Amino acid sequence: MDRLMSLCVPSLDLRKHRSLIDSLEIQSCYLLSEHSCLASGFGSIHFVLLVSRQGKVRLTKWYSPYTQKERSKVIRELSGVILNRGPKLCNFVEWRGYKVVYKRYASLYFCMCIDAEDNELEVLEIIHHYVEILDRYFGSVCELDLIFNFHKAYYILDELLIAGEIQESSKKTVARIISAQDQMVEAAKEEAGSISYIIAQAS
Amino acid sequence: MEQLKTIGRELAMGSQGGFGQSKEFLDLVKSIGESRSKAEEDRIVLSEIDILKRKLLEPDVPKRKMKEYIIRLVYIEMLGHDASFGYIHAVKMTHDDNLLLKRTGYLAVTLFLDEDHDLIILIVNTIQKDLRSDNYLVVCAALNAVCRLINEETIPAVLPQVVDLLNHGKEAVRKKAIMALHRFHRKSPSSVSHLVSNFRRKLCDSDPGVMGATLCPLFDLISEDVASYKDLVSSFVGILKQVTERKLPKSYDYHQMPAPFIQIKLLKIMALLSSGDKSASEMMYMVLGDLFRKCDSSTNIGNAILYECIRCISCIIPSPKLLEDAAEAISKFLKSDSHNLKYMGIDGLGRLIKISSDIAEQHQLAVIDCLEDPDDTLKRKTFELLYKMTKSSNVEVIVDRMIDYMISINDNHYKTEIASRCVELAEQFAPSNQWFIQIMNKVFEHAGDLVNIKVAHNLMRLIAEGFGEDDDDADNKLRLSAVESYLQIISEPKLPSLFLQVISWVLGEYGTADGKYSASYISGKLCDVADAYSSDETVKGYAVTALMKIYAFEIASGRKVDVLPECQSLIEELLASHSTDLQQRAYELQALLALDARAVESILPLDASCEDIEVDKDLSFLNGYIQQAIESGAQPYVSERERSGGMFETTDYHSQDHHEVTSHALRFEAYELPKPSVPSQASTTALVPVPEPSYYSEPHQPISTSSSVSERESSEIKLRLDGVKQKWGRPSYQSSTSASSSTPPQAANGTSTHSDGGGVASSSSSKPRSSYESKKPEIDPEKQRLAASLFGGSSSSRSDRKSSSGGGHKPAKGTANKAATVPKENPIPVPDLLDFDEPTGTSDVAATDPFKELEGLMESSSQDGGGSTDVMGLYSTDASAPVKTTTSVDSLLSELSDSSRGTYHQSQTTKGPNSKEALEKDALIRQMGVNPTSQNPTLFKDLLG
Repeated sequence: MDRLMSLCVPSLDLRKHRSLIDSLEIQSCYLLSEHSCLASGFGSIHFVLLVSRQGKVRLTKWYSPYTQKERSKVIRELSGVILNRGPKLCNFVEWRGYKVVYKRYASLYFCMCIDAEDNELEVLEIIHHYVEILDRYFGSVCELDLIFNFHKAYYILDELLIAGEIQESSKKTVARIISAQDQMVEAAKEEAGSISYIIAQAS
Repeated sequence: MEQLKTIGRELAMGSQGGFGQSKEFLDLVKSIGESRSKAEEDRIVLSEIDILKRKLLEPDVPKRKMKEYIIRLVYIEMLGHDASFGYIHAVKMTHDDNLLLKRTGYLAVTLFLDEDHDLIILIVNTIQKDLRSDNYLVVCAALNAVCRLINEETIPAVLPQVVDLLNHGKEAVRKKAIMALHRFHRKSPSSVSHLVSNFRRKLCDSDPGVMGATLCPLFDLISEDVASYKDLVSSFVGILKQVTERKLPKSYDYHQMPAPFIQIKLLKIMALLSSGDKSASEMMYMVLGDLFRKCDSSTNIGNAILYECIRCISCIIPSPKLLEDAAEAISKFLKSDSHNLKYMGIDGLGRLIKISSDIAEQHQLAVIDCLEDPDDTLKRKTFELLYKMTKSSNVEVIVDRMIDYMISINDNHYKTEIASRCVELAEQFAPSNQWFIQIMNKVFEHAGDLVNIKVAHNLMRLIAEGFGEDDDDADNKLRLSAVESYLQIISEPKLPSLFLQVISWVLGEYGTADGKYSASYISGKLCDVADAYSSDETVKGYAVTALMKIYAFEIASGRKVDVLPECQSLIEELLASHSTDLQQRAYELQALLALDARAVESILPLDASCEDIEVDKDLSFLNGYIQQAIESGAQPYVSERERSGGMFETTDYHSQDHHEVTSHALRFEAYELPKPSVPSQASTTALVPVPEPSYYSEPHQPISTSSSVSERESSEIKLRLDGVKQKWGRPSYQSSTSASSSTPPQAANGTSTHSDGGGVASSSSSKPRSSYESKKPEIDPEKQRLAASLFGGSSSSRSDRKSSSGGGHKPAKGTANKAATVPKENPIPVPDLLDFDEPTGTSDVAATDPFKELEGLMESSSQDGGGSTDVMGLYSTDASAPVKTTTSVDSLLSELSDSSRGTYHQSQTTKGPNSKEALEKDALIRQMGVNPTSQNPTLFKDLLG
């Protein structure tokens, strides 16, 4: 039961956009969309962490140096604190002199660690911004999308945050650059799909 | 043939619109998803590591396969295992010409490697090459890696290229180049100090997005050196004004707020720039006032901006009107049901309280509620507020509360913090010595080992010096009360080591000073301590020294000393101790016991711990000896400085040598440049002295030239900036630029007047509390008492306050009404919709959430006949909490929720087509062998809609 849930997760319950059947259509939509881009900055984020309600790690991105051992410890500590918090409490926890802002979407917790002096509400919105971009990219994103496409989630995060600072706050621009990258994936796939490639691989 | 089959399957997987990875990878992810325990997960990962190790060693791995292996490595590493055996393959992949593979390689190395990893040196060359690529995606990928991997040592290797990219045609590249430079600046400010003017220049980039990114480094630069950026105040105000007036393209909007992230950043910068600067502050009054009116406090992002405004106002020298606005925003936060907003409200209160201390009083009950809230985060924030508003009239209540809380928590980090705060407050505001000693005892008892050792030293010093007054009598009383309390506590088991040190020291110094306790009694206690904590050498050392002092005082006062038998045995034990420190102390004690009174008194005088020991640094007492030695033919001493001065030439040689060595350290330049194209590029960028190989050997010259250039540049910048402004909107801001000349002395006066307002509040605190209590029967008297003791119970007529707060609400309603109408026009639903399942987080299957949501809606509407507050409940995080009072705030919110209800329905109807997508996803999941335990909620919601 439990183990199934971890895989078979409900939608992240995001705002629905236009009906976008598959990613190809997203690309074309975004390619057509007119110019937009916006970057902004604020105090830096130390790490981003996605954990499921069962405490399984879905994505980690470290902007400050942590050893592998410290990372495991951080994840253990934080998921202990955050997963046990009640639903009506603040979305912030103070932790080792930092602040961790988290938000739950369905069974997935998005956490970002910031300095104690940062604007928590803003970081909460950055999380939401990220989720909206994911939602737009995957088309009503669910945990499953992130589990199997974690590398894509990384690419998107890299377009949103750089070295712990927000570099891009326009959904359209992020989507545009990601789709430009994805187009090359499609090109590569076509190449791979050709008969000659199959034969070359088999022989 | 078999292989063909697998490829076919893989392709099928890919064409399904599925996840585009091989069966093996999907199986891995699935099996980890299904693992029941951490141990099982570890086992799976370990076997996967074995497989990957083997596969990576195979010769001629196809590149596509390799890419997948690397993604699998990333996955393993993400789960907390060591994938270092594959790092080198990720590094190799960055060398690939295929951008797809290259991107994967870069992703992997940025995740695997830290900037100090040995493999970085292998990537630097590739990065250099990629930064020159024609394909902007390649450049972007490389810049991502630069931001993560380049360390201080390798900055010079990529710096010229990154600087060139500041003028790249694609705004995405320019943005990343700025972020890279920003990162260099953080890593090693000196390496890019000559390029700082570029940031100013990029503020007027034709692309507003690049301008936004530039705010990041500028924020850092300004926080380091405010004075040299004062000229930009008017520009920042102008930009912010245009942003709030929606002069930026609509695509920057986020939840109907125009470019909120830029707004927040600008507010932060402005707070830095005009802190304590009256004229700069005045420039931003208008725009800040506008923000308070325009921000939609029903959205999270609107509140984020409001909060940033409050912060900004707490830094600058605000006008009374702005203070009023800020106070009003705070009271809205505090009255909200959302814990997040309450938290922000408390934080804002803590900031504003520095400026006007009476602001907290109208919120005293809200503060008490937060203090007693089960939410730990909120509680801690409230303690922070209390800490900020502590004065001598309420210190006892606050510190008591803090200590109670400190005892109740396990989090060592926070325990330390709150303990040090208690100590600080107690030192600052203690009403009596007695109380102070008590508090310190409690702090040491419960958080002893967490307390900074300085605190202990401080306490000892305080006891020794007294409270600064020249009143020996009071000091003696303080010491006596300390000794008495310590003698009581000392027999308790398991005291923290630090506390025991303090106890031992005080007992040794002052135990017998008053004559109340006999030497043998105190020394007996000390021996007990040394005995009970025999494993703690520091405590033992303190105890032995204390014993020594007690005996010394006895001997000095001419009394006969009989060493207790247990003390004797302790000394004997320590004489043979392994610790040389303890041994030394024991020998000293033994030697001291044999001395006569006069000698002992000069060694250890009574109560002389505060007296300075004079150290003769020149060793003048040796002069006679030296004279004698010189007379008998010894060489006089030549100081080191004189010696080096005499051998000037050799040292010069040495330094040159040194120079040579550093310039040989690392060479990042390619061995031979095919075309010396760099210099010509440099001339176009004008600012950047491109470092040729000679970069290290003569760093002075380029820097000096560049700085002169930058000076000229900065004067030009203003002009060019103006031009850009007009690109985005009407040149309406120009009026503000004229006011750039500032009058700093006035500003300095302003801060001083604001800084002390505490006196006013404390005077009001003496007013009687009873009238306050009698007027508010519906509130728990316990709480009131607490409030009264915290806030000085200023009962300055409650009705008065009420009327003032009521008046405050009216304008708020007006603005909120305006805000409420905005969403109606716009088809995009309010963001709260997205948090649907959060409120019901009864740790149930999340899949049921949509239902609960609906149930909640039905229930509440049946209860109250569809009162508008119930719809509100749907959006607020607690549908169950009844809204107690129907003040104007509630009705205001209900209007809001009405409008959002409209949009809610609208959004549901637009969801229709998504059901297809959800069905597909569901089918895919089933196809992969995973059966959903319940209906797919997305599906469900869509159908319902």
